[in-house]
Amino acid sequence: MLNIFDIQRYSIHDGDGIRTTIFFKGCPLRCVWCHNPESQRCEPEMLWNQEKCISCGDCVAVCPQKAVSIQNHLPVLERSRCIACGECVEECLEGARAVSGSLKMVWELLDAGERDQMFYEESGGGVTLSGGEVMTANPFSEVIELCRKFWEMGISVYIDTSGFAPWERFESLLPYVTAFLYDIKAMDTEKHQKWIGVENALILDNLRRLSKAGADIRLRLPLVAGINDSREDIQAVLELLREGIHVRRIHLLPYHNTGKGKYARLGRCYEGEAFAPPSQERLEELAQILRQSGVPVVIGG
Amino acid sequence: MTGEMTKTGETETSAQRAKEVHGMNERIRRLREESLNTQPRIYIERAVLETEAYEKYEGAVSVSELRALTLLHYFSHKKISIHRGELIVGEKGDGPQSSPTFPELCCHTLEDMKVMNDRELINFTVTEQDLKIQEEKIIPFWEKRSIRRRILNNMTEEWKTAYSCGIFTEFMEQRGPGHTVGSEKIYLKGFREYQQEIHAAMEKLDVLHDPNALRRREQLKAMDTACEAVIVLGQRYAALAREMAQAETDPQWKADLLKIAENCEVVPAHKPQTFHQALQMYWFVHLAVTSELNPWDSYSPGRLDQHVYPFYRRDTEAGILTRDGALELLECLWVKFNNQPAPPKVGITLKESGTYTDFANINTGGIAPDGSNGVNEVSYLILDCMDDMKLLQPSSNVQISRKTPQKFLLRACEISRKGWGQPAFYNTEAIVQELLAAGKSLEDARRGGTSGCVETGAFGNEAYILTGYFNLPKILELTLYNGYDHVAKKQLGLKLGNAEDFHSYEELLSAFQKQIDYFLDIKVKGSNIIEKIYAEYMPVPFLSVITNDCIQKGMDYNAGGARYNTSYIQGVGIGTVTDCLSAIRYQVFDKQRFTLPELTQAMLHDFEGQPKILRLVQEHSPKYGNDDDYADSIMQSVFEYYQKAVTGRPNMRGGMYRVNMLPTTCHVYFGEVMLASANGRRAHKPVSEGISPEKGADVNGPTAVVKSCAKMDHLKTGGTLLNQKFTPSVVAGEQGLQQMANLIRAYFAMDGHHIQFNVIDRQTLLAAQANPEEYKDLIVRVAGYSDHFRNLSRALQDEIIARTEQSFS
Repeated sequence: MLNIFDIQRYSIHDGDGIRTTIFFKGCPLRCVWCHNPESQRCEPEMLWNQEKCISCGDCVAVCPQKAVSIQNHLPVLERSRCIACGECVEECLEGARAVSGSLKMVWELLDAGERDQMFYEESGGGVTLSGGEVMTANPFSEVIELCRKFWEMGISVYIDTSGFAPWERFESLLPYVTAFLYDIKAMDTEKHQKWIGVENALILDNLRRLSKAGADIRLRLPLVAGINDSREDIQAVLELLREGIHVRRIHLLPYHNTGKGKYARLGRCYEGEAFAPPSQERLEELAQILRQSGVPVVIGG
Repeated sequence: MTGEMTKTGETETSAQRAKEVHGMNERIRRLREESLNTQPRIYIERAVLETEAYEKYEGAVSVSELRALTLLHYFSHKKISIHRGELIVGEKGDGPQSSPTFPELCCHTLEDMKVMNDRELINFTVTEQDLKIQEEKIIPFWEKRSIRRRILNNMTEEWKTAYSCGIFTEFMEQRGPGHTVGSEKIYLKGFREYQQEIHAAMEKLDVLHDPNALRRREQLKAMDTACEAVIVLGQRYAALAREMAQAETDPQWKADLLKIAENCEVVPAHKPQTFHQALQMYWFVHLAVTSELNPWDSYSPGRLDQHVYPFYRRDTEAGILTRDGALELLECLWVKFNNQPAPPKVGITLKESGTYTDFANINTGGIAPDGSNGVNEVSYLILDCMDDMKLLQPSSNVQISRKTPQKFLLRACEISRKGWGQPAFYNTEAIVQELLAAGKSLEDARRGGTSGCVETGAFGNEAYILTGYFNLPKILELTLYNGYDHVAKKQLGLKLGNAEDFHSYEELLSAFQKQIDYFLDIKVKGSNIIEKIYAEYMPVPFLSVITNDCIQKGMDYNAGGARYNTSYIQGVGIGTVTDCLSAIRYQVFDKQRFTLPELTQAMLHDFEGQPKILRLVQEHSPKYGNDDDYADSIMQSVFEYYQKAVTGRPNMRGGMYRVNMLPTTCHVYFGEVMLASANGRRAHKPVSEGISPEKGADVNGPTAVVKSCAKMDHLKTGGTLLNQKFTPSVVAGEQGLQQMANLIRAYFAMDGHHIQFNVIDRQTLLAAQANPEEYKDLIVRVAGYSDHFRNLSRALQDEIIARTEQSFS
């Protein structure tokens, strides 16, 4: 069983054509600006939307774990007790509660992916496995099975990844995957450690190997003003490409703060309040630098 | 780590920008403004002249001839005028937005006319003079002989009760049978030639053996007179134009007037010689059809691009017409359409069709009669024209076939995503198969298309009459209360049991089906009688001239003269009724969360005090529109039952009844007469429209909607209607455009009949923010992905509203 937190049909701005994106829950990285914080932890999590809550207390009454209590007129969730069973979700008349993440069988995911096959064929689309991080999902044998079966059904699979996973895993998917949407968040190791929570050596190494193996790679650079959008940052990417890494396209993805509200629903703090996207001029300038590699550069998805 | 991006800096290609710039010229801008800014008003002269004609001829001639002579009298004596700048001439009344009345169908009371004048929406100015004439001349003569009166006198009590309680509506109580679309024949022959054809048919009548020979001769004589009527109108415009030209000093306008005179000396008496004359020919025909009677959905040219292309090609090759010149002429024609509001309606008819739009509907693209791609240069011109004009009338739509070039589809999508709802997209292959399944020949099917909203017909060959809307959710409501209507406080349906008597979903479904049959019988009996009333008392000789086979048969359009004769009953609320049955099956019978009597009690009180039941049926039950087979299979079973119950019943014109699935504005009226429903729809709120999901029910995105809808067997219908809502950002940019086109192609590959797009503006987003429950299905493009608007935090919603505003500036 694989832990999935969303399946999004008619995804039309990530990858080619009309796609269905399957979001895997769990991620080894902790990007400070992450806009899908519910994707980070492996286990299912309760989301509570204070804007909708009327403090009626129905959730307290129904919770089998006694994880919810009313304090200062608001329901407070003791997350260590909550098993995300979802009893309180149906009970909540205001729709203020939701569970993120549920375990799915491979066949369920195949069924979900197959539903829009007609649209993929009309548009050159397919399924995108995203996250969280699909490459660290477990059991990984099921991910391989999923990709193989889609491949057998004639459905193209894209992998949207941070690259932070053992090379063997990438290698095992190569026969079944059409393209990799591959992120580089920072070239500088210290920066990477600071903002992402891990070093980037494994990520860059996997990128080199994927390129060597002839994979179709779309490089994606999430950019936050003042963090990773300097000329030097991007010059380093250009130099990496000049090592002989072949990528099909480069996407510059300016930061946005759409995930902010979700931190509160998870009972967490958002540390990215001060972040901002690079200016349009800066984006154009960075795109120009990267175009020296001869690879097409797109601002946005 | 997914898609951290914002779509920024999307720029239109220079080609797109060029299209934006060409725009309307000064002449068109002025005519368009005049059309848009003129307040609709009543034009009483038609009723006056009609009364004169009846006083003069009634009793001395057959009814058919009387009708033709009335048209001739009207066209001989009505005031005519030519507006400065216009290149296509002729109005139904005496200028833009002037709307004749048709007392022979519906003789308005003084009260009706005051309401028309005073009501806030869809009002028509009625002057004191109009009221005086209506009171002194029109009402005394027509009050007792109007078709409306005749219909109501002939309907049973059951029919009247069901009708007044909103179980079904009746199209023909204020307007004539119509939904008629022209063929290429008016461009191939003039009306003098049709008169010769009519004379030949009269010669051939077999008076020795044919007991109906007299009838046929009267009918043919009437057709002959009707041809004369339109010829006279043309001659009068030619004379007026010459007269005005003589006195005119502005050389440009003088030359235009002389051109108009020249055109009107050729058409409609003779076949058109130029592109300009072809358009003028159509317009005279349009005026004649819609002045003779006020048929539903006015009249439509059908495959205009294909019909006038030969003229366009000849004229441009001869160097007498440029592309811009042709566009200007088309735009002049568009203004003419928009100048004609739908005739004033009252009562239930106004509720089912509460709009000024008269539903003239132009199909562009599709295929040619030989099956080849039908898109030509005029098709692209028409797209430019609709893009420039942005007028509600004519409804400008495209037919998309497998053979349609992608360029054409993309250009149509580009216009559609601007957010004003046109063009809508129709599936040529589905239309052809629907027509074949209804017994049309392959060539007639290929010539066919859709008119009104989405109704399928064999253009030029078929009288396909919409008879009224049928309220499926209301019938389920009655089924749950032993046939008793708690809104009207009347026993309407069969007594098949109360909620506690249904012990399984199947028992309930079976009772629902019996009620459907019961009300269909009432509806069809009424419609059959109404068809005969029109056949006997309200023939349409002019429309019969231009509809194939009427001349050969010597039979009127309203009596079965056309090659094919269909009567449609339009099912309404399939989304609502599906979700109701799904909620009942899932919560009451599968999960046993509450009992059926508990649910029907809650519905009686609009779920007051029952938030739990409301939430379970609203939020936690399978819904149609999500590609969920649990709900979709219920939709299929209801549709199949309704379709089989209607299709094949004989009508009174030699054809049969069939279904289509569309509402116009009737879903609002049908909701008004209802309690809260089992899916959580609140009391008196609208039911779902067309085959679209219930508002807010679809939460899995457009591909899921399209797949649910495609599970209906569209090919067994005469048209279905699907509305898809988007915010502008979802369809923005090259990706958005391409995927919009792909979505259409995929839906059509699955036999979907029609799809239209609502690209939502800022105002709607604000409303969605204030009432999120009403807009649960609203999808917005957030950043690298799309999401439901209601699921976003307040701050993010604000951000998107701000962004949308920017994208519109």
